[in-house]
Amino acid sequence: MIEVEGLTKRFGNKLAVDDLTFSVRPGMVTGFLGPNGAGKSTTMRMILGLDRPTAGTALVGGRPYDVVSGPMHEVGALLDAKDVHGGRTARNHLRALAQSNGLPRARVDEVLEIAGITSVAKKRIKGFSLGMNQRLGIAAALLGDPEVLMFDEPVNGLDPEGIQWIRNLMRRLASEGRTVFVSSHLMSEMAQTADHLIVIGRGRLIADLSVADFIRKSSSNHVKVRSPQGDRLAELLTARGVTTSADNGYLLVQNLDTASVGDLAAENRITIHELFEEKATLEAAFMELTRDSVEYQAGAPGAATAGEAR
Amino acid sequence: MSTTTAGGAPVVNASASLPNVMRAEWIKLWSLRSTYWTLGTLVVVSIGLTILSTWITARNWDGTDPADKATFNPTDITQGFGLFLGMLFISVLGVLVISGEYSTGGIRTTLTAVPQRMTLLGAKAAVFLAVALGVNLVIAFGSFFVGSFFLSAEDIQASLGDDGVFRAVLGGALFVTGCGLFSFALGALLRRTAAGITAALGGLLVVPTLGALLPGSWGDRVNDYIITNAGSQIAQVDADPDALAPWTGYLVFLIWGVGLLVIAAVMMQRRDA
Repeated sequence: MIEVEGLTKRFGNKLAVDDLTFSVRPGMVTGFLGPNGAGKSTTMRMILGLDRPTAGTALVGGRPYDVVSGPMHEVGALLDAKDVHGGRTARNHLRALAQSNGLPRARVDEVLEIAGITSVAKKRIKGFSLGMNQRLGIAAALLGDPEVLMFDEPVNGLDPEGIQWIRNLMRRLASEGRTVFVSSHLMSEMAQTADHLIVIGRGRLIADLSVADFIRKSSSNHVKVRSPQGDRLAELLTARGVTTSADNGYLLVQNLDTASVGDLAAENRITIHELFEEKATLEAAFMELTRDSVEYQAGAPGAATAGEAR
Repeated sequence: MSTTTAGGAPVVNASASLPNVMRAEWIKLWSLRSTYWTLGTLVVVSIGLTILSTWITARNWDGTDPADKATFNPTDITQGFGLFLGMLFISVLGVLVISGEYSTGGIRTTLTAVPQRMTLLGAKAAVFLAVALGVNLVIAFGSFFVGSFFLSAEDIQASLGDDGVFRAVLGGALFVTGCGLFSFALGALLRRTAAGITAALGGLLVVPTLGALLPGSWGDRVNDYIITNAGSQIAQVDADPDALAPWTGYLVFLIWGVGLLVIAAVMMQRRDA
């Protein structure tokens, strides 16, 4: 269980995290979603006591993390896989971590096995690929058999097999009753692993809802029609109380299926060149949700400022 | 690949206690090649140069100017190399053991496992200083006995029972360890290797020299209290009568180091990792 209340972090005059309040519950995977620069990593660092909050509190298991007596049994975290001294071997790195919390040495071999890096245990970390580093970080996070797991963009740098592996791992950890909190900037990734979502943008909470709710809310399907008599079709649809709009030579029809649109056109002898249903992707729904809070937005060619580009 | 994530071994009583963190820091120190290189080179070169210079001194003793013979102090020649090389190597290592955590980003992994920052800083300092003291005791007494063996050919060696000799030999190891404390504190405060080493060597070698430029008798008084001017007296057989007494001076030197460490600790507690 992670409880964040009024959490705020200011860097100079920039508000990186702005009065965040949410909780992350055990037994499920909670996705922490937001565009780049939304404040996800800063929030995670504050939960771990690495960054000092400007205001607010973050509790892990009901206490601030830096007063926990068995920290690695409480939380296992992987923030940045490169946060290790490259001069040590993987085994020595894990051995020192295990020793710092008085964990049995046998646990090192177990997590090496779980992470699938036993064969490189005696190699120095500086020669590792990003994917191997990521696995080492996960091995370290699992050392203390923790109640809470936190991963910051864990699939970065992993190959498809590695991505599959980490998805399954997170699902399994959650099914064991643990709290799993994982950040991502990709909605499609979260849709496959998370049960619950916390969405932030520019440091503020945008949404706190289940993935099922998110999908239901965001699946605003519509039908697209291309017809030389588009105006006539629009009039007929509007007369029936259907919302339509013009979109780049197409007519956009809300809340009506392709069969109904096609039948109506046939009855009125309207020629149709194209007729199809368009499903809003989760990614599109996510972009819609965070549109106003994207930190780094590409300016459209000729746009006066990036902020006005849409 | 195993399908279990839970460990078979019990982890219920595990905690990030000071002894556990100290053992972890011990593993970390000895799992880096730079530790072996730094300390190994220090031991070999210090004792090697002591052998070379005492051997040459003894060989040339018959032809040595009587005036030089009159002021000859055997302990200076047996202990000098360990003292100056120790100052350099131990200071660099003192900065590295903490700045290395920051430069690699490893500090964030370390502090995630041990979120009590003062426990970490204390454990790191204790382990490093114990190792520094141990190695420098070996160098100090090793150099003394090996050097004395070569000087004994001309019967010009000192004895640990002579006035001030034991204190100076032991004091050499204590002084170098004190340099390690000073450097470790600066490394913790500045977090960057280059800045830390520059500040440490500046503080230990340059600032005390500048102190001699202070004008007047108050300048001399102040100068006595400046870092190594105070700390090095303990390593001299014939302590400078105008300077602070050996143990008093060493205490002043330790206050410099501990003072810096306290500032580093306060800053570490407040800053983002």
